[in-house]
Amino acid sequence: MYDSRSELYQQVIIEHNQSPRNFRKIPGATHDAEGYNPLCGDHLHVYVHVQEPGSVIDDVSFEGDGCAISKASASLMTTSLKGKTRQEVEVLFDQFHRLIKGELHPDKDPNVLGKLSVFSGIWHFPARVKCASLSWHTMKGALDKVKTVTTE
Amino acid sequence: MDLDVKRIRQDFPNLHVSVHGKPLVYFDNAATTFKPCSIAAAMAVYYQKYTSNVHRGIHELSEKATAAYEGTRGKVQGFLNARDSQEIIFTRGTTESINLVAYSYGRHFLKKGDEILISEMEHHSNIVPWQMLCEEKGCVLKVIPFNDQGELLYEEFERLLTAKTKLLSIVYISNSLGTINPVKKMIKAAHARGALVLVDAAQTVGHRRVDVQDLDCDFLAFSGHKLFGPTGVGVLYGKAALLNKMPPFHGGGDMISSVTFEKTTYNTLPYKFEAGTPAVAEVIGLGAAIDYVLSIGFERIEVYEQSLLEYGTRALQKVPGLKLIGTAKEKVAVLSFILPGVHAHDIGTLVNDEGIAIRTGHHCTQPVMKHFGVPATSRASLSFYNTTAEIDRLVEALLKVKEVFP
Repeated sequence: MYDSRSELYQQVIIEHNQSPRNFRKIPGATHDAEGYNPLCGDHLHVYVHVQEPGSVIDDVSFEGDGCAISKASASLMTTSLKGKTRQEVEVLFDQFHRLIKGELHPDKDPNVLGKLSVFSGIWHFPARVKCASLSWHTMKGALDKVKTVTTE
Repeated sequence: MDLDVKRIRQDFPNLHVSVHGKPLVYFDNAATTFKPCSIAAAMAVYYQKYTSNVHRGIHELSEKATAAYEGTRGKVQGFLNARDSQEIIFTRGTTESINLVAYSYGRHFLKKGDEILISEMEHHSNIVPWQMLCEEKGCVLKVIPFNDQGELLYEEFERLLTAKTKLLSIVYISNSLGTINPVKKMIKAAHARGALVLVDAAQTVGHRRVDVQDLDCDFLAFSGHKLFGPTGVGVLYGKAALLNKMPPFHGGGDMISSVTFEKTTYNTLPYKFEAGTPAVAEVIGLGAAIDYVLSIGFERIEVYEQSLLEYGTRALQKVPGLKLIGTAKEKVAVLSFILPGVHAHDIGTLVNDEGIAIRTGHHCTQPVMKHFGVPATSRASLSFYNTTAEIDRLVEALLKVKEVFP
């Protein structure tokens, strides 16, 4: 049994939930997608701006409503994607997914997750893993030109 | 005589497990109830002493199994006060019971332009089967709205009930709001207009006595697992005259009188609607559940649960900002609520740390969430084995949630 207060609701997550970063629309976004978690009713819209095909992400943002985990995850995601190439995004996406499934341990496995490691305890709460991954799937859907993404 | 909760709790082993090193508080009874020892015991005897199929063999064990299986049908008949045991059909649960009526009655007897009336507070299982039927047959679905207390707007119901209304399918007690609807009065009004009525009693059977002859409903559905019985078994009650003229729902063994490749004749009620080997052990378990709940008695259950509702309604007001969703005058001990600034799922996870099980989400009633403009609520749904001390623990846990999300 894991205590959610120490494993999940860490200060960084609480703080990003209260003051989410890049919580706005990007007018003229080159990519965007909506993400739903039909089980929770969580609903996010992720916007991405890439100057020209193949260049780095120069802006990324989100809007929507959800639980603290999904909002904090979306907020932290936007802060870690700016300036990344598509290939770097893929690496981060893969590492984040292994992290939240408990397959990557940030203290011993090499990674570039940085402050995203704050989600390392979430795999102890299987019902909440989807909350953390919604924004990431939505962002990937946007880059892949998929308009609506659902997780359940 | 008062309910001896302390003694009753001894009958439910599941109440005595710990979660996070704390004694469990189980407040998710609207999702499923715990089971008294006698249910598993009755099922174990079947599995260990007389396992066999029903209605088939002439050997000793099969006769014993058939007697136990049919014995439960008699118990359900008494439980619902149905005229005849052939009016009791065993299904997998409320959802299948409603689907049976939609497929068998709806497909056969409803036509384009006929109206089906439901309410805004239905569980998805009493919305989707009718939408599917409307799509197929060109029927029209009409919805009775409710007010901000979670009470049906009766004048709207009367307005929506017209000569075109062929079926009213209505929830007796709302799973997400706790509202008790005035179904008896509604049934009378619907019959006066020539409409049939199906009552979704999934949330009723564990809390209130249900008398189908007094209600005069045409169909009534419930699940065993919300009545302290096993999962995988439910009941459809239907008036014999209606069930007799309805075509079978599933085809297969047991539902036939004779089969040739040219023609098959169907069995009589209730077997016509029970194709294939039924959930024998679960039906036997359901019989034990009915015995158990009747041994406590609905009069005592009702009085005790109302005292929990009153206590809980007052106690939750101690949590700053907490807003109850569903404050109907007539309601059962369901306490749905929101805490502004804290999502229901975060509440659910945090109170789980304290060993408390509540349901968070839309409760399969998305239109209810839409009415109140919330994505989800937290819901504590109580039963007669719960206590005021457990309510106090929920209040304490919610005050701790406020510490995490100030």
